[in-house]
Amino acid sequence: MAAGIMAWASVSASAGGAMEADIQQWQTNNGAKVLFVARHELPIVDVQMAFDAGSARDGDSAGLARLTNHLLLDGTSALDAGEIARQFERYGARVSTNSGRDTAEVSLRALSEAARLDPVITNLADALADARFPTDAVERVRQQMRLGLEQAQSSPSDLAERAFAQGIYGDHPYASPPSGTLDSVLQLEREAVVAFHQRHYTASNATIAIVGDLEASRAKAIAEQLSSKLPTGKALPELPEVRLPTSAQTIRVPFQAEQTHVLIGQPSVRRGDETYYPLYMANHMLGGSGLTSILAERMREERGLSYSSGSRITTGARRGRFQMSTQVRNEALAEALDVMRGSFVELRDEGPNAERLEASRRNITGSFPLQLDSNRDLLGYVSSIGFHNLPHDYLAQFIARIEAMQASQVTGALNAQLNPAQMITVLVGPEATINAVD
Amino acid sequence: MTARNALFALIPALIATPGFAQSQSGVSEFTLDNGMQVLVRPDHRAPVVVSQVWYRVGSSYEGRGQTGLSHLFEHMMFKGTEAYPEGRFSEIISREGGRENAFTGRDFSAYFEVMAADRLPIALELEADRMANLQINEDALATERQVVLEERRLRTDDRPEGRFGERYAAIAHPATGYAHPIIGWADDIRQFDVADLEGWYQQWYTPANATLVVAGDVDPQAVHALAQQWFGDIPSRDVPAVYDAESLSPPGERRLTYRDAQTQVAQLRMGYSVPSLATAQAASDPYALLMLASVLDGGEGARLAEEMVRGSEVAAAAGAGYNPMTRLDSEFSLFAVPSDGDVGAVESALRAQIQRLQDELISDEALERARSQLLADHLFELDSVFYQAMQIGMLESTGAGWETLDAFEQNIRALTAEDLQAAAQRYLRAEQLTVGVMLPEQSGDGA
Repeated sequence: MAAGIMAWASVSASAGGAMEADIQQWQTNNGAKVLFVARHELPIVDVQMAFDAGSARDGDSAGLARLTNHLLLDGTSALDAGEIARQFERYGARVSTNSGRDTAEVSLRALSEAARLDPVITNLADALADARFPTDAVERVRQQMRLGLEQAQSSPSDLAERAFAQGIYGDHPYASPPSGTLDSVLQLEREAVVAFHQRHYTASNATIAIVGDLEASRAKAIAEQLSSKLPTGKALPELPEVRLPTSAQTIRVPFQAEQTHVLIGQPSVRRGDETYYPLYMANHMLGGSGLTSILAERMREERGLSYSSGSRITTGARRGRFQMSTQVRNEALAEALDVMRGSFVELRDEGPNAERLEASRRNITGSFPLQLDSNRDLLGYVSSIGFHNLPHDYLAQFIARIEAMQASQVTGALNAQLNPAQMITVLVGPEATINAVD
Repeated sequence: MTARNALFALIPALIATPGFAQSQSGVSEFTLDNGMQVLVRPDHRAPVVVSQVWYRVGSSYEGRGQTGLSHLFEHMMFKGTEAYPEGRFSEIISREGGRENAFTGRDFSAYFEVMAADRLPIALELEADRMANLQINEDALATERQVVLEERRLRTDDRPEGRFGERYAAIAHPATGYAHPIIGWADDIRQFDVADLEGWYQQWYTPANATLVVAGDVDPQAVHALAQQWFGDIPSRDVPAVYDAESLSPPGERRLTYRDAQTQVAQLRMGYSVPSLATAQAASDPYALLMLASVLDGGEGARLAEEMVRGSEVAAAAGAGYNPMTRLDSEFSLFAVPSDGDVGAVESALRAQIQRLQDELISDEALERARSQLLADHLFELDSVFYQAMQIGMLESTGAGWETLDAFEQNIRALTAEDLQAAAQRYLRAEQLTVGVMLPEQSGDGA
């Protein structure tokens, strides 16, 4: 049986080339960036409009970006929220809004048949161009956000995430929680929403990604229709740089539970930073590759300390984050912290062994075809390329960099960018438990 | 089966595409001599394959004192064989650029790999090996027991919603295998020994109780040959008959009032015991229930959002749902979060919504909207190769059969407003209802 495996192991990921997305890019008449990929296999169309309108733009009003995003489709001068929604639903279309730290989005999935697609695009364009933010809708969504925040207080993972973002980002806008705070949300006024919308939901601030069963000419028309009534807008100020924490710190959040939730990490690098690639690979080995990663092996497979232990690295318009996470029974917290911190330091100081580096390289490069195997995945990829001004063959370049990666580059990047002496540890658990460890 | 490409009739252009035109849902079925079933769904959009081995066993097969055995066993399936000791399976799949994992449900245990399409033989070889040659030892069990107890704390014990959900299921499914949690009660998890796990393996992990589902950039005949090569020689054992206690019918209306020290926000769940695709007397009933759920909660324009969340603003959130893919009877579910803590008010509003479905014919406009949404969603699901395989596996392991996919559009289109009203009158009855309320500790009764 082993022989069979070895024979197959020699097959390379030659099929990867088939997944090169043929991205067409242009600007609409009033300056919105458009990226389009034709995919004719299924009679569906996905559209995502992403705006530089995430919580990093909240200013002193935490939650404002999210409130505005939630309210986008809640009323025009002609239609109320229900009427707008039913205009999508009668044609089987799905529309959603979403917002994070960098971007706020509106996404549409529809059937590509013109009789079903055309009215849906018109409805979306009208709803966005003429968003009126009715007073009762503002009040209603604000109350929903308040209830969501109250509910989050009973979630140790939510508590940990809030404390961690605050801890690693300090006074940077990324520290502000996208869903706001109980205090801030109640103070959000309709006028602020309207002003935020006018300033941020503009054509020059928009990236429109379109994937699906369309010809380019039709995609052009759709992009024009969606953007033409948006104000042209002005460029937004650059976000400030993230300042790194100056010392390691442990933040303790008391919470009565059988487990303690742990997050350890710091700001990472911004999108476009060359050290992202070796850091990506380091993270993949440490805790980013499921059951085969160092943290999963040591925490779960060898010691039975937790169900889920891992790490992740993200980038953004400014520094993203590196974070290790686990949830561990209270009596084993000290052991878990030793294993996690020790595993990181070991990787940073000693570098990956050759076998692990090669296994990691093979997983990343071999999984290339899996990255874009659905229209939905492709949409997210294309939207991100547009928003962050990445090259159209970003994924291929990414794979090429991983192919060529040396162990010395990985340790070099770890030493340059991630430092245990600057890392924030968040512990959410019973007071006696979290006070007993460093 | 004679209707041509019923699933896709909505979209004439697709019928012209050769890959889809061969059969209705494009599924090819084979049975190996040892009884193992093989289902293949080609999708050539990307050079990727999803391979899933489904076993017809899950938490609803467990008796008293056995709760959580299916799930703990699923974890043990990663503990190695003589040929591939612990860790090797995951290492090999990872090195080949794949992802793998497993999941346990009430009616199934499934193991999957997602890989570049040319690596399928690797996945099949490894799955066949652990179907026949798994080794279970004390040490590995001791470690994995801890992992599962941590999983239970994470999902259930430390979450108000988890604590509420377990209590709700216990009264919503009286006397059936759906009354206990998939992960099992903690004291059951603590007492299983190697013999219990060996027994479960012998009882259920045999070719005649398994279905291989492969979806993606593959040729059905080639998959059949590979399945024969790797699974064909595994000797089959008889699959034991499944014993399901006769359920109480009707069970009568039940109510749970649960106060949780940590919850901040009151919540309401309501559920009617209703047939599934597998248990329905009339084939059209599950589709009628899907349509009713869509009329209530097909989107932001549907009744619950329109009337309870906007409209009266009695609820901050409200929803309805129905999963027809269950082996035993299913549930038509409703939930709501009151906007000001008044659980009684949202319960009344939801009951009024059910009453309205029984009293009034649904308008043509609302009927057409629900139909459009269900058919479009069904088509949108084709974008995910993984979900296509999931659907086939769930339909097979719950007894509905993969052919159900072919009947979907026809069944949805055939329903009239009268059919929906009749289904609401027949199934959404108080004697089938469970009401569950979770309240913060310090609040009033609320109900």
